[in-house]
Amino acid sequence: MLWQALTLQLGYNATLVTIGAALLGIAAGATGTFLFLGKRALVSDAISHATLPGVGLAFMTMVALGGDGRSLPGLLLGSAVSAAVGLLCVSWLTRRTRLAEDAAIGAVLSVFFGFGIVLLTIVQSMTAGRQAGLESFLLGSTAGMLWNDAVVIAIGGAAVLALVLVLRRPMSMVAFDPEFAAGSGMNVRQIELAMMGLALAITVVGLKIVGLILIVALLIIPAVAARFWTNRVGHVVLIAGAMGGLAGYTGAAISATAPALPTGPIIVLVAFVLFVLSLFAAPGRGVLAAVVRHLKFQRRVHLRQGLLALAQGQPIYERLTLRLMRRAGYVRPDGVATDEGRGQASKALLDERRWQLLRSDPDYETAAARYDGLTPLERVLTTDQITELDRNLGPEAVT
Amino acid sequence: MHLELATQDGHRKDVGKDTRSPLEIRGLTVSYGEKPALFSVDATFEPGAMTAIIGPNGAGKSTLLKAALGIVKPVSGRIRSYGKSLSAQRHRIAYVPQRASVDWDFPTRVLDVVLMGLYRQLGLLGRVRPKHLEIAMSCLARVGMEGFADRQIGQLSGGQQQRVFLARALAQGADLYLLDEPFAGVDAATEKAIIAVLKALKEQGKTVIAVHHDLATVPDYFDRVFIINTSRVAEGPVAEAFVPEYLQEAYGGRLATAQMGAAG
Repeated sequence: MLWQALTLQLGYNATLVTIGAALLGIAAGATGTFLFLGKRALVSDAISHATLPGVGLAFMTMVALGGDGRSLPGLLLGSAVSAAVGLLCVSWLTRRTRLAEDAAIGAVLSVFFGFGIVLLTIVQSMTAGRQAGLESFLLGSTAGMLWNDAVVIAIGGAAVLALVLVLRRPMSMVAFDPEFAAGSGMNVRQIELAMMGLALAITVVGLKIVGLILIVALLIIPAVAARFWTNRVGHVVLIAGAMGGLAGYTGAAISATAPALPTGPIIVLVAFVLFVLSLFAAPGRGVLAAVVRHLKFQRRVHLRQGLLALAQGQPIYERLTLRLMRRAGYVRPDGVATDEGRGQASKALLDERRWQLLRSDPDYETAAARYDGLTPLERVLTTDQITELDRNLGPEAVT
Repeated sequence: MHLELATQDGHRKDVGKDTRSPLEIRGLTVSYGEKPALFSVDATFEPGAMTAIIGPNGAGKSTLLKAALGIVKPVSGRIRSYGKSLSAQRHRIAYVPQRASVDWDFPTRVLDVVLMGLYRQLGLLGRVRPKHLEIAMSCLARVGMEGFADRQIGQLSGGQQQRVFLARALAQGADLYLLDEPFAGVDAATEKAIIAVLKALKEQGKTVIAVHHDLATVPDYFDRVFIINTSRVAEGPVAEAFVPEYLQEAYGGRLATAQMGAAG
């Protein structure tokens, strides 16, 4: 069943939803990267909650004008307008008042959402316009998705993606160093508004599939997960787009296998799985890699300390040190040093003495900055430099 | 280098010959809330000179640079650069912000940061071509960081970060360089490297203006000072303006006598 869903064999509606969700995921992941890197992730939450009054008002307006209150383009237009008002409120509150951005977000998010719920409740009690289903914008609903809806999502997603591509350079500059960007003549405020405007577009396009409450997850989780895998902005954007697309596709496919599985939440859960995988398994920034790095570092410290103790004839008490020394063949099981152990020990001691000398000499300031108690001096200085250094070391230490 | 910079910037051919003031400030008042950070400041910076902006903490030194660049909006005042408005001369001005102002865990490499200095040349969609990489690498070489092009910026020491920022400003190929505390928290080797680059810029006829904290090094590094404490205290060659009388006026009792000695 899942295989059929993943290969798009579960019928017309399921196929539409799956492809639409994948496109939405790609666009959301790429767009969200800049919000995340610019530390504006939560602005998208305010934007998405601010769509709700627009949905209610658009419905009422369309019914009042005698049209079909549930026309998707009309509802999306209304949600976009009210989300834009919400975004401008956050921006204005942050710039013009003493409110910090988090407080502005909290205020706008709750007030707009509350107002939206009131409007929706009024709509429910209206007799005209077949109002059923408006609340599906909260969490998304894909059951009745039509070809036209999918086209709206595809075109909207592609347009946002194209704009992200065009604006990638100014957006990363503003996210990294807004002062330099402003100093080179960029209009930082406009670029930030454009960045959040793109998030707004994603929110509106994603209302049908993911809903306004969970869209923030699709904007942010892929970017956060992608950050674990790379140290370059361009790659974060690509990986986030790929992860968002994968989450959208897989999540929609999984939810198509059973009627009880809601599409939006499942997509978010799949994205979360990708995040957890990245958090643990990514090389470099991942948790496992960090643990392995720390253990390796700890072993090197213990070995070095053990060798220094050996060279100076001090006893070794720490069990881990002893075990590591035995395993390296530096001491015999009964604790007596082997020939190799003694050789390594005097080498370590000489290295340490050279380092101490180097660190007290202002001429070697740059090299001294690389002292970590572990790196052999040969990796920092040339043989000639070490010979030069040894001249000051005194003959008794070198032997 | 001189020639290369001239061709980098196709707007003019008279590098180093411009005798108009690179930065002219008239009646500049900037305020955060009600309290002015700068009050009615006038300044005319000399072309081809190295000027230190000095003054006590909170005197508005960084604000002066930011206002000169249009980063903060003044309450009143006028900024002119080489006789024209700021926006007309933007391509001739490079800026090195304070190192602490950015997120050093940002996913970007040293080379990418330097390429940000070429943004004006690249535009929105322009591809990074080999000649851009060449410029960026040569700027890194000038600050002694060419071996670090592929490093993630978070792996750099404070001094190295500062040198990368300077390389980015060099890539802007400007005539006027504004630096906000370039020597704050850097190692001695970096300080030497930075001052060498700045002096080389001066040799090429460029103008350097830096917010500076260490009064002891002012006479060695700079040829002019601009002393400020919310409003202008003094301006002129080091020999004339960097004197105990003006320093006392700017710093009040906060100036240590040892530093006064350096001012001689």
